[in-house]
Amino acid sequence: MTPADDGADGVARVPRIPGPRRSADDHADLTGRTPEEREPEEPVEEPDVPVLSHGVLKSLLGAWALSACSAGETAAVEAHLTECGPCADEALRLRDAVALLHRDRDLDLDPLLRSRVLENCLGRRPARIPIPGWVTPYDAETARLDALLRDIGESEWHAPVRLKWYEEDRPVRRKATVAGVIGHLFAVDGLVAGALGLDDPLGAGTPELSPSERTEAFWSGLERPPGRALREPWRDQSHALIRTVSFAGRGVADLTVTYKDFALPLRDSLLERAFECWLHADDIAHAVAYPYDPPCGAHLHEMIDLATRLLPAALAGRRRSGLAAPARQLVAAGAPGRSLHLEVEGAGGGHWYIALDSPAAVGDPDQAVAQVAMEGVEFCQLVAGRVSPEEAAAGQDGDREAIRDVLAAAASLSRL
Amino acid sequence: MAKDTPPRWDRRMQQRLARGEAAALGELYDRFASLVHSLAHRVLDDDAAADQITREVFGYIWENPDAYDPRQGNMRAWVARLTQRQAVHRLRLAEATAYAETGVGSAEELEQKVRRASVAARADYIVTSMPAPLRAALELAYFQRRDYRQTAADLGVTEDEARRRLRLGLQLLSTAHTRPFEGTSPPGHGRTP
Repeated sequence: MTPADDGADGVARVPRIPGPRRSADDHADLTGRTPEEREPEEPVEEPDVPVLSHGVLKSLLGAWALSACSAGETAAVEAHLTECGPCADEALRLRDAVALLHRDRDLDLDPLLRSRVLENCLGRRPARIPIPGWVTPYDAETARLDALLRDIGESEWHAPVRLKWYEEDRPVRRKATVAGVIGHLFAVDGLVAGALGLDDPLGAGTPELSPSERTEAFWSGLERPPGRALREPWRDQSHALIRTVSFAGRGVADLTVTYKDFALPLRDSLLERAFECWLHADDIAHAVAYPYDPPCGAHLHEMIDLATRLLPAALAGRRRSGLAAPARQLVAAGAPGRSLHLEVEGAGGGHWYIALDSPAAVGDPDQAVAQVAMEGVEFCQLVAGRVSPEEAAAGQDGDREAIRDVLAAAASLSRL
Repeated sequence: MAKDTPPRWDRRMQQRLARGEAAALGELYDRFASLVHSLAHRVLDDDAAADQITREVFGYIWENPDAYDPRQGNMRAWVARLTQRQAVHRLRLAEATAYAETGVGSAEELEQKVRRASVAARADYIVTSMPAPLRAALELAYFQRRDYRQTAADLGVTEDEARRRLRLGLQLLSTAHTRPFEGTSPPGHGRTP
């Protein structure tokens, strides 16, 4: 609409209704003056008041109440309000409504509130179909990531995220976006969904692929750069996983989930997914400059425990390809063997004894040849390839070769 | 996965809660916790009190899923009404206690305070439930201080349409003074929490 400007006289009339509010009430006024002080001091040039039809004037009432029209239109509306009762009533109502606008303050919702609220509910009425305890890390981590995604703006979905991991003892970097990371989580969670008979996000009949291959396949199958629209399918899938496992009964914990090159029982697989969810949520939070806490101590402990259980096999694999020192002892399956004592400090911490010479051996405090002390979060970052083995080791003591091999094996657990 | 339309989602959720599915409770929380917490905070202006209301509202729903009647509107509006009722109840209690202790205040002042808090909470609810195009226009004009021509350009609509959206958005918002929570936002337009 182009307002007709035919030089109407623009006689200033006193509006019956005070002018609209100038600005959002929760924006800081950098001049340090109150709006009351500011208003009258502004030298206002007498605007050209356009002549507008009643229909146009009425349509301008919302914009007028929000101070979102031109000076001329504002004057025209205010002149009109002195002579049109219905418009004056509506103007008053809309101006009062503007005072009700208020900035969302959802950012402050405490992520720990969820478990407290749910616990309280379940104390009042026990669930007939509970969520198995081993699923709660996945439930908690997906909920925390979802709350973060809820708070970020549309444009932040395209913020660059640099993914890091280790391949053949060398750090690998790959550029992605926030939405791309959600696509990655969606595609790899889909592997677990497939094992449970749920729909595969890559489509029915997708061949067995590794997590990285699944991710690449998902990314290359997208018609345009992914955005916020990925949140819902990712979240629906994680909800469906939790629900399906809740209904499936006890035996499902041992169901085998195949990742092409390796396999995990479902209970470990969902723990691994919780771990990935946290670290990628942390990547995302970092990319959009939001704070993000580590998981609660009990869940962190479970994640560390899983990594320590995977380490002996990772060591053996590296030994076969000449990346780790040869075994020093022959250990009978199930017998205690040479071990590395991992002491994890802080929330989720504890003591683990990692068998060095064979995945079949049992870690043994009496045969510890080396000790490494680390913070729990730092250990997880090492396992996820976010920090290097050289950076990670804080306190070390004992057999240096064993320490180097274990830390390198920990980093080798990382992948896209 | 087929996308559930709101009434279908509401009915299914009610059935799953009645069945005692803990996973459904988690999903309910994920969908409505920020609504409940922000409305309670708007009435009580206190984080700990809003946490407590959140606990009470979800506890009530989990124990009484059958109290929801889909014919009375959508679940979101029901959850908002429960929250409002609980928060206002708590506000009255807190004010009555303060009055008993200090003797400051009057019944009229309390009623005025309750009314202001209720209107503010309803307004927040209306903003989060109004059709997304209207909310986007208000967001630009109020929070980003764009005039309606810039708003039109940002949204890729005509200036006529921008004026219409701003006016309609404020008209909806102004009903906070008169109407209770209503669950009548058109399907597909409501904000995904």
